[in-house]
Amino acid sequence: MRKWFFLSIGQKYLIGLTGLGLALFVLLHMLGNLLIFAGDKAYNLYMHQMVHGKAAFFIQVGLLAAFLLHIILALFLSVKNYFSRSEKYARQASGWKATAWYQKSLIFQGAIILVFVVLHLITFKFGTYYEVVYEGKTIRNLFQLVVEEFQKPVTVLWYLIALLVLCVHLFHGLISSFQSLGLSHPRFDFWIKKLSFGYAVFVTMGYVSLPLYVFFFMTEKGG
Amino acid sequence: MLLKLKIWRQKRGQKKGSFENYEMDHLSPDMSFLEMLDQLNEDLVGQKKVPVAFDHDCREGICGSCSLVINGNPHGPHAGSAVCQLHLRSFKDKEEIWIEPFRAKAFPVLQDLIVDRSAFDRIIQSGAYVSVNTGQAPEAHSILVEKAKAEEAFSHAACIGCGACVAVCKNASASLFVAAKVSHLALLPQGKVEKKARVLKMVKQMEKEGFGACTNTGACSRACPKEISLHSIARMNREYFKSIF
Repeated sequence: MRKWFFLSIGQKYLIGLTGLGLALFVLLHMLGNLLIFAGDKAYNLYMHQMVHGKAAFFIQVGLLAAFLLHIILALFLSVKNYFSRSEKYARQASGWKATAWYQKSLIFQGAIILVFVVLHLITFKFGTYYEVVYEGKTIRNLFQLVVEEFQKPVTVLWYLIALLVLCVHLFHGLISSFQSLGLSHPRFDFWIKKLSFGYAVFVTMGYVSLPLYVFFFMTEKGG
Repeated sequence: MLLKLKIWRQKRGQKKGSFENYEMDHLSPDMSFLEMLDQLNEDLVGQKKVPVAFDHDCREGICGSCSLVINGNPHGPHAGSAVCQLHLRSFKDKEEIWIEPFRAKAFPVLQDLIVDRSAFDRIIQSGAYVSVNTGQAPEAHSILVEKAKAEEAFSHAACIGCGACVAVCKNASASLFVAAKVSHLALLPQGKVEKKARVLKMVKQMEKEGFGACTNTGACSRACPKEISLHSIARMNREYFKSIF
């Protein structure tokens, strides 16, 4: 059993499982974000619940663990893969036998997403702490910070780029996870591909809508 | 037709090599790619130069000996065929063609375009067999095999072990090769008995040889002269998972 995880297939299992977990997280996070359209109260109360709810601690620890495991294993395998070819080809495969750019660049996509997540946490989770009072209870006014941040064109542009990268990563990542976990089969292949594409596009559209909406239709006062 | 060849030359026992230019004129488009190399070697021998070393045997796409990377594509540009089935009509007159050996840490270059693929033999030795008592061939109908299973097993058994999957993979992974063997034997009743131990032993040996891990790009299956399906890797992953229990 211990040996099982030391071979690349076992490690790929873990990358796939943690990847699927993270894919579920990005969907839920995106759905939560959409509350911005329901106004500041709904958004702030939801975010408060996410951080202070009973399960929040366990969810955050689980997320961090999945994230770290996914990154460490992917890095480890990427280094190993890099060294499995000592001399590079003078010409790259072309046409039918070529490897798609988005499949070659997974680790770089991951690096961009990692930088994005760190900056995202600094900006929002550990960013300016505004307060707001709802029915006598003082909670964090994250809504105000979000509106403030997405007035900056550079921030909006960076979010759009990073989210596009996430979309590409999700698309290949989902198909790849099913394959790594041995779940792909001639009968479901068509649907796995369609589902992965739909999922990646749906999640990205949902995310992208927030900064774009704030940038074009809201002012700093939140109106 | 005229072709401008850039061929990887590497002396036996040396770790470094380089490309050398050769121009071949008056070639027939109906010549096979390997016949062109034969012609080149005859010319080189005539000029008292060292001929280009390359692997070949059956020249009908079933032995898995030929192992050239042509303009970056293992076995050339066409799907489902080996270098020996490639003809000059697939190229344009005066085209520049880069010919390289399969490149992978586990496939060291022996000379020019010949690589040592004995890593595959060691993977086979580690588990791609069934332990049966030899003797008289058993009655064929004594072990029943479902037609669909037999067909699927045969589609995996079609692997000729050429190593194009390793050559084209960005990670130089041997997953498709190992998966083809694992799937072929796991599907048949004779191979089922040892399937748990087999998958572990073969995957372990694959890693020991220095092949990379699978990133599910599918390039291996597209470069495979026998078009082994990527589903074999999914099956290997399933078999690997089941081997814990």
